[in-house]
Amino acid sequence: MSGEALLSVEDVVVDLPTPRGNLRAVDRVNLSVGAGRTLGVVGESGCGKTMLSRAVLQLLPKKAKLRGRVMFDGQDLVSIDWESLRKLRGRSLAVVFQDPMTSLNPVLTIGTQLIETLQEHLELDLAAARRRSIELLAAVGIPAPEQRLLQYPHQLSGGMRQRVAIAIALSCEPKLLIADEPTTALDVTIQAQILDLLAREQRRRHMAMILITHDLGVVAGRTDEVAVMYAGRVVERAPTPALFKKMRMPYTEALLAAIPKLDTAPHTVLPAISGRPPDPTRPMKGCSFSPRCRYAVARCHGEKPELTEAETPAHQYACFHPIEIPDAVPA
Amino acid sequence: MATLELDLAEEAVSAPTRKGRRLGVLFWAAIGWMLFVFALAIFATVLPIPDPTTMDMLERRAPFSALHWLGTDGLGRDELSRLIYGARISLVVGLCAPMIGLTVGGALGMLSGYFGGRFGSFVVGVMDVLLAFPPLILVLAVIAYVGQSILNLTLILGVLGIPAFMRVARAATLTLSRREFVIAAQALGASHARILIRELLPNVILPLFAFFLLGVAITIVVEGSLSFLGLGVPPPISSWGSMIGEGRESLDVAPRLAFMPAIAMFLTVLSFNLVGDTLRALTDPRQGAL
Repeated sequence: MSGEALLSVEDVVVDLPTPRGNLRAVDRVNLSVGAGRTLGVVGESGCGKTMLSRAVLQLLPKKAKLRGRVMFDGQDLVSIDWESLRKLRGRSLAVVFQDPMTSLNPVLTIGTQLIETLQEHLELDLAAARRRSIELLAAVGIPAPEQRLLQYPHQLSGGMRQRVAIAIALSCEPKLLIADEPTTALDVTIQAQILDLLAREQRRRHMAMILITHDLGVVAGRTDEVAVMYAGRVVERAPTPALFKKMRMPYTEALLAAIPKLDTAPHTVLPAISGRPPDPTRPMKGCSFSPRCRYAVARCHGEKPELTEAETPAHQYACFHPIEIPDAVPA
Repeated sequence: MATLELDLAEEAVSAPTRKGRRLGVLFWAAIGWMLFVFALAIFATVLPIPDPTTMDMLERRAPFSALHWLGTDGLGRDELSRLIYGARISLVVGLCAPMIGLTVGGALGMLSGYFGGRFGSFVVGVMDVLLAFPPLILVLAVIAYVGQSILNLTLILGVLGIPAFMRVARAATLTLSRREFVIAAQALGASHARILIRELLPNVILPLFAFFLLGVAITIVVEGSLSFLGLGVPPPISSWGSMIGEGRESLDVAPRLAFMPAIAMFLTVLSFNLVGDTLRALTDPRQGAL
């Protein structure tokens, strides 16, 4: 897989200096996505998912320090010059953000925002860019696209705005789309539509996608591979079917157990993960999940487990006491 | 997938409608007064009014008449035409000086807000120095040194306005440049220039323009004060401030000579303030959830 990887993130570390000390947002993360494949990145709030996606795009806050390599299509995004990076962005690398309320410019019409992006990257004339914009809006399921071009973002609903944001991201046929919690700000009914739309456009354009979410249910049917992140580290990484069949990391198990299910009896207490993620400004000696883990033993508190291979090289986990019996997973 | 099957043709979409916001009678009255003063000032030379500098020593402080609609001043000059020509000075200085502040201050504010860092701190520091200097003293000193002229007056008032505009632009840019749409634009490969001009400027220009109108009002008053003190435009050119100053001498016999330019200035400044306030309220982010 690593041979034809479109994007490979190698030993990426992101440090954010804060008044309380250095915050390690991303800690030695290794990931790769092949062309046309989908990687799901799952983890709870503050586990470094967004920082990882920003690190790939080189859009980290100014103070953040990045180490490691981000190889995209044969180029190291960390070290290439700004102008080449700028040309890659939008053209080959695109992103859809969490909140469509804020990711569109409030004072420009939908048409202006789409057409200018197209003109900038594809050097189309106005008429061609306009035609393409209408096609794109129609492709993402927006009714009456000609009229929408003249509207402002605040005149559209949240779901419509996210469709517009997706249309802008797709406008230059990127090779890799990073979807950073694309459905978190949307109604549940719209979520499935947006995810289906992303999956459909991905297949049609044969682009790779990184789907970042806190919801294991979202990645279940829609990704080829899943990386579970906790406290800045990848704690389990596996092809999606293998992960759901046989998860090894207790954190993954706990995340899955915390999803409400339809078939549980009413008033059942949801098995939430107790406690909170560790303070990222104070690195822990042991496994970051050990204070909340129900399998933790003394060794977990004193030593950090490295990613080790399970049955297949594609399935990796970082735990001293991986879950052995697949039936134990309450799914 | 079935949820995605939207019937594109059937869906009726209403055309974008202009949101009718009530602006109020006062706003339109202010706009009306501004247009009236602008028209008089622009067409002053073609209006059938006497020359504002021709003195008629036999008709000093004459009351309202068919010949002199608003009477004459202490030197027998037509009061109405002096008011109209005075409007030219007040408006030229009042509009041009904040224009300097708007462009220079706005640009500096946006650049310092967007790039921040050492450059931003430097700009803020320089502006703080400029703000800390007593403005009227600075104007007096500069005018005394370079001489009285409309150009000098406009330039110095314009430079004094830069820090305020810079602060407004910087504050707006600082909050906006952390918004996701700026990051989204960067992610789409937009250059810094493009982000500043296409993404940020349309957002920053609204509060800046509202502030500009308030700046016009302030500048008209400051110009009036300077002219009143005899440091504004050199005589015999009339300006509202110098007319009030000259009218002061005959306040006991003909108080109207001081009051009429004062009323003209009051109404004009009030109009600019009203329009500026209304626009500021309209662009206030708390009002419309942009």
